[in-house]
Amino acid sequence: MGKSVAEKIFDSHFIDNPADDVCVIRLDAVFCHEITTPVAINDLVRRGKDRVFDPRKIKAVIDHVTPAKDSKTAAQGKILRDWARRHQIRDFFDIGRNGICHAIFPEKGFVRPGFTIIMGDSHTCTYGAFGAFAAGVGTTDLEVGILKGVCAFHYPQTIKINIQGTLPAGVFAKDVILSIIARLGVNGATNKIIEFDGPVVEAMSMEARMTLCNMAIEAGATCGICYPDEVTVDYLWDFIQDEFASRPAALAAYQQFKPDPDAQYEAVVDHDVAQLEPLVTFGYRPDLVRPVKAMEGTQIDQVYIGSCTNGRIEDLRVAAQVIKGRQVHAAVRGIVAPATPQVFRQALQEGIIKTFMEAGFCVTNPTCGACLGMSTGVLAEGEVCASTTNRNFKGRMGKGGMVHLMSPATAAASAIAGCITNSKIYRS
Amino acid sequence: MKNFNGTVLFLNRADINTDEIIPARYLTEISKEALKPYLFEEIHLDGFDPRRDLAGKKIIITRSNFGCGSSREHAPWALEVNGIKLVIAASFARIFRQNMFNCGMLAVELPPARIDHLFEEFASHKTTITTDLARNRFTVAGAGKQEEVPFSLPAFDRALIQVGGWVEYADARY
Repeated sequence: MGKSVAEKIFDSHFIDNPADDVCVIRLDAVFCHEITTPVAINDLVRRGKDRVFDPRKIKAVIDHVTPAKDSKTAAQGKILRDWARRHQIRDFFDIGRNGICHAIFPEKGFVRPGFTIIMGDSHTCTYGAFGAFAAGVGTTDLEVGILKGVCAFHYPQTIKINIQGTLPAGVFAKDVILSIIARLGVNGATNKIIEFDGPVVEAMSMEARMTLCNMAIEAGATCGICYPDEVTVDYLWDFIQDEFASRPAALAAYQQFKPDPDAQYEAVVDHDVAQLEPLVTFGYRPDLVRPVKAMEGTQIDQVYIGSCTNGRIEDLRVAAQVIKGRQVHAAVRGIVAPATPQVFRQALQEGIIKTFMEAGFCVTNPTCGACLGMSTGVLAEGEVCASTTNRNFKGRMGKGGMVHLMSPATAAASAIAGCITNSKIYRS
Repeated sequence: MKNFNGTVLFLNRADINTDEIIPARYLTEISKEALKPYLFEEIHLDGFDPRRDLAGKKIIITRSNFGCGSSREHAPWALEVNGIKLVIAASFARIFRQNMFNCGMLAVELPPARIDHLFEEFASHKTTITTDLARNRFTVAGAGKQEEVPFSLPAFDRALIQVGGWVEYADARY
C-alpha cells in the first residue's frame, strides 16, 4: 500500500511504538521561543537534567515580545538567552537579528523536505510548506524534545485537498486557506494531516505556501504539507548547494517526500478556487468566513499587517501596491510589522517601508506582538481590527477587541477606506 | 497519580479555545500558580462568571473540540492550579488533549449523545463524579440520581497518567 508524505516521514524517523497507534519519532529540529520554552528550561533545571539532545538541532528566537515590554517579558528573554549561551546553541536570534519564528527559521534554511520538527507554538504547521512534518506542541513535549530529541504522535492520517482552478486577481493564499477552513470547520481536520496539492499550490511561491500551511491548525490539523518541487529547491538553494551537485539533483532527492501514487487518504477533497472572492472572518472562529463584499463598510479602528501568516516580503509588496500614493484613513491606526530583519531590509530597499510611512503607517520591528494581544498594537475594549493574522478569538488582540482576518491586500484597502473593503477599488 | 474525583462544572459550548481558557496576556507568567486568577477570563459563554462558578469545581464536562487554538500548556496548568484535573468532552483539539496527559491529567472523550444526556440530566444540579480507572467507569451523581458511565482510555494515555506525565515516561525509556 502506498504512503502519504507524513507516513513516509514517520517511517524514516521511527523509534518506538509504545502502544496502539502511537509512534515515537526522532526529531531533526526543535525550535524554541521565549514564551513556551522558559517553563521547560526551569523544569529541566529543577529535575537536574539541564541538558540538550543536540545544540545544532535546537534553534531559538525571542520573538513574541521584543524588545521586552516589562520585567516579566525581560525575565522570559533572559531565561532563553542564558540557556542558549550555556548550551552553545549557535542559532539563537536576539534583538537586532530576531524575527517571527515561523518566518525566520525557514528563511535561514533550517526547514528541509522530509524533516521532523516540533515547537511550542501551534503555528509550527507552517513548515509543512517545505514537505516537512512539523507540529505545534505544548511545553512538556518541547521539554522532552529538548532533552531527548523525540516526540510521540499518533500514526498519521491524511486528508488531501486538491486546489483547482486559477486564482482570480486580488485573491491570495490567505483567501484560499480561509475558504478551506470555512469548508472543513475548526474541527474538520483534528488529529489529521492536510496535504495541499493541485495546480494552485504548484503555482504558489514558498511564501504563499507558508501562508496556506500556517493556518492548517485553524481547521484542527496537526500539520499542513505541500510537496517539494523546483520552487522549494530554488528557495533553499543557498543552504543546500554544498549537499547536492545541482538543483535537479536536489529535486530528485526531495521527490522521495512526495506521496506514493497509491497513497491512502482519509478523504480527498477537490477545492476549486476559480470563482473565489476575497474573504474576511466575522465572529470569534476562523471558520466563520464571508466574502469581503458582505462585510463591506464595517467600521474599523486599526489595521494590522504582519504575523507568521502574512508578514513576509510578498505580503508587504501586495499591501504597498494598494497603499502607494494614498493615505491611511484619519479614523484608522495603521501598523505594519515586517516578519524578519531580512524582510524589513528588503522592504527598505524596494521602497515599501517608505510607501507605508508616507501613507501614515507605523512600522514596528519584527515581532509577534499584537497578533496575540501581547504588545505593539493591543486593542481597547470595543475596538475593531482588520488584520492579516490567523486568529479572531474573543479578546485575541486585546480584551474586548474584535478581529477580522483577511489578506494583506484587503487589509491595505481597508486602511485607506476606514472600513472593510475590497482591494479592487484601489487596483488600476 | 492525580485524583480525578469531585464536583462538576458544565461548560455548554463547542470549540472553547485556549485563548478563552487562559488569554495570551498572562503567558508572561513563569509560575503555574500565577495563572490561577485568570482561568476562563475570556470565555464567550452567556451567564458564566468564572469567579462565582469555578469555586470548588474539580471536573469539567463540555462539548466538542475543547482546547482548540494555541498550543499553550498554560491551559491545562491554569485548570490544574484551580483544582481541575479531569475534562470530559465530546472531543478535544489534539495539542490540548496531549498536553493534559503529558501533565498526568485526564481528558476523556464520550460520544456526543452521552454528553447531551449528561447535560440534560445533570447540568442544572450540583453534580459529582467518582472515577474508577481500573473499571473504566465514572459514577455521576446529582439531582437525587446516580449513573455509571463507561469510558475508554488508550493504553499510552493510561501509562502517562500512571507515571505522572510524558517527561517521566520518556526519561525512563528513551
